[in-house]
Amino acid sequence: MQQPNKLTPFFENLNFEREDNTMVINFGPQHPSAHGQLRLVLELEGEQVVKAYPDIGYLHRGIEKMAENMTYNEFLPTTDRLDYIASTSNNYAYALAVEKLLGIEAPRRAQVIRTMLLELNRIISHLFFVATHALDVGAMSVFLYAFREREFAMDLMEDYCGARLTHSAVRIGGVPLDLPTDWLTNVLTFCDKVDYEVEHTYGALLNENRIWKMRLEDVGVISAEDALSWGCSGPMIRGSGIKYDIRKEEPYELYSELDFDIPISERCDSYGRFMIYMEEMVQSTKIIRQLTRMYKDTEPQLMAHAPQYISAPKEEIMTQNYALMQHFVLVTQGMRPPKGEVYVPTESPKGELGFYIKSEGEPYAYRLKCRAPSFFHTGLLQELLVGTYLADVVTIIGTTNIVFGEVDR
Amino acid sequence: MRKYTPKDNVQKHSYYTDRFWVAPRVPREAVAEGSHFASVVEAIGTQAKECYIEVGQLVLQIESTENFAVLQTLKEQCGYTQCSEQSAVDYLAQDGEFELFYQLLNITEAKRVRVVCRIKEGEAIESVVPLFKSANFAEREIFDMFGIKVNNHPFLKRIIMPDDWEGHPLLKTYPMIGDEFASWYEVDKIFGKEYRDVIGPENRDQSRIDRYDTKRFSRVGYEVPFGADISEGEKENPIAYSETVLVDYTQESGKQLDERR
Repeated sequence: MQQPNKLTPFFENLNFEREDNTMVINFGPQHPSAHGQLRLVLELEGEQVVKAYPDIGYLHRGIEKMAENMTYNEFLPTTDRLDYIASTSNNYAYALAVEKLLGIEAPRRAQVIRTMLLELNRIISHLFFVATHALDVGAMSVFLYAFREREFAMDLMEDYCGARLTHSAVRIGGVPLDLPTDWLTNVLTFCDKVDYEVEHTYGALLNENRIWKMRLEDVGVISAEDALSWGCSGPMIRGSGIKYDIRKEEPYELYSELDFDIPISERCDSYGRFMIYMEEMVQSTKIIRQLTRMYKDTEPQLMAHAPQYISAPKEEIMTQNYALMQHFVLVTQGMRPPKGEVYVPTESPKGELGFYIKSEGEPYAYRLKCRAPSFFHTGLLQELLVGTYLADVVTIIGTTNIVFGEVDR
Repeated sequence: MRKYTPKDNVQKHSYYTDRFWVAPRVPREAVAEGSHFASVVEAIGTQAKECYIEVGQLVLQIESTENFAVLQTLKEQCGYTQCSEQSAVDYLAQDGEFELFYQLLNITEAKRVRVVCRIKEGEAIESVVPLFKSANFAEREIFDMFGIKVNNHPFLKRIIMPDDWEGHPLLKTYPMIGDEFASWYEVDKIFGKEYRDVIGPENRDQSRIDRYDTKRFSRVGYEVPFGADISEGEKENPIAYSETVLVDYTQESGKQLDERR
């Protein structure tokens, strides 16, 4: 072994040790299909994986430690950096956890906007999944088409909040802005576009594609029991035939009033999961269409009225002395939620995203734990990859849809 | 005199707190008769020291030595087949204890239970990997972040921090910008210990600004060439406009072709 503390070149990516007849190879962290910073140490016998060891931590930024040293509102933009493919779902999960701790509820218009943004983010994330998964497996053109629609969705996000990737579009207690003019018509056009493209472009390119099916069918088979035991959630658990969607089972926001289906697959393989992703995009557009109708009969209030925790609207701050004083205290000191602990699960595009917050009544959270779906899906790899072939490793990593922002945190 | 900061908890604290302010508590409800949670409490029996409902989820406080037995009961008798999260909270400064929690999910009833136990510093906890495989990664993270040992874990190793890291980052004694070890870690790794004097410790303060560093900090409005030494003061750079872009078309320009004129 070379001395690792010298600036001498050595072939880091080719860890070529032979024991018996096996070969140890190092997959990542710079591998293009390692979805960011995954390092897999694979022990191969011929082309078959006999042992897999996922090594994570290359994107560790100490977000949970940062949460303990930031006030609740300060921390919200940091949550963007968890699952940066769909940042609003992180903002929302965090904001909802704090709202549950405070015991407040966002006004109806804010709920409509939030749910719309959540579903738009689900489409963005799923398009990203379809694009990169296809690219990993080798279907280049789907990537280009899917990213075209993803750009339109990000334009919509940009119209709403000004940012394309790290949105911070949700606040604790509501949303900061009302929808801009024409946003609803644009989003409806986009929904039609997505519905069309899912069926006629990605679906036509992939669903019955012979090569695609050969690469995905019976690859990465997870039994229902394993999926539960490994803590899988989201499309990973629905792909194993368990119909569990937090939006339906433990409804939050407006999901109890909305009409949508939960696609599941009994196939337990990558192809089944891929079909779930495709169907969920269509369901998301269905939800957004219902929400655009609900938007019209809501009151214009955007932030919850809880003067102890949440600043009053700007007009009140600028005209009323007491609102200004409270705003000053909230900005300089931060809100102080009651003592207690909450764990609030939400259905992010990747699975169950939950925030555990332990508050001691201080403006800084005593402990914040982010339950990221990808973290547990990465853990699953060490069992799922054993027995598969090297060519399928990429497919299996792709099908878990892990994002390293939330694995390492 | 410098302000005294307690060493056992270096978490950021509010600089001002009203003397008469008492933090309220999130309401805890008793378990209602005949509900699903009542049957869970019954199944656990005397192993639960305290049980209440907080924000819609049942919280069971148990003895740390009984964690495996309680989770087994919950899994096999009450249908809590998924352990969606587990982690710890550092209460070393107050009580000399860690609080561990397991967040369990019942898929059929769509109910969640949080099992909470406390262990003393230096004590180990029994692994629940035989019950829930998700505990494999979660317990490694607990070990990495808090240094809590887990008995009978198949592969207890650091997961997020490097293997040769010292210290456990989520302890309250650990400063947010890292400790002495952290500031030398990359210097030692990349250059070697003998270069410590040459390189110096890594500055890990993320809000640091060096106004004389012209390589890593931009100087908007006061631009200087990349890497220029401005410690002795910088050269006056009078604002100059490009002469080729602004063409005065009122004047006769020599650049135009004769035919166009």
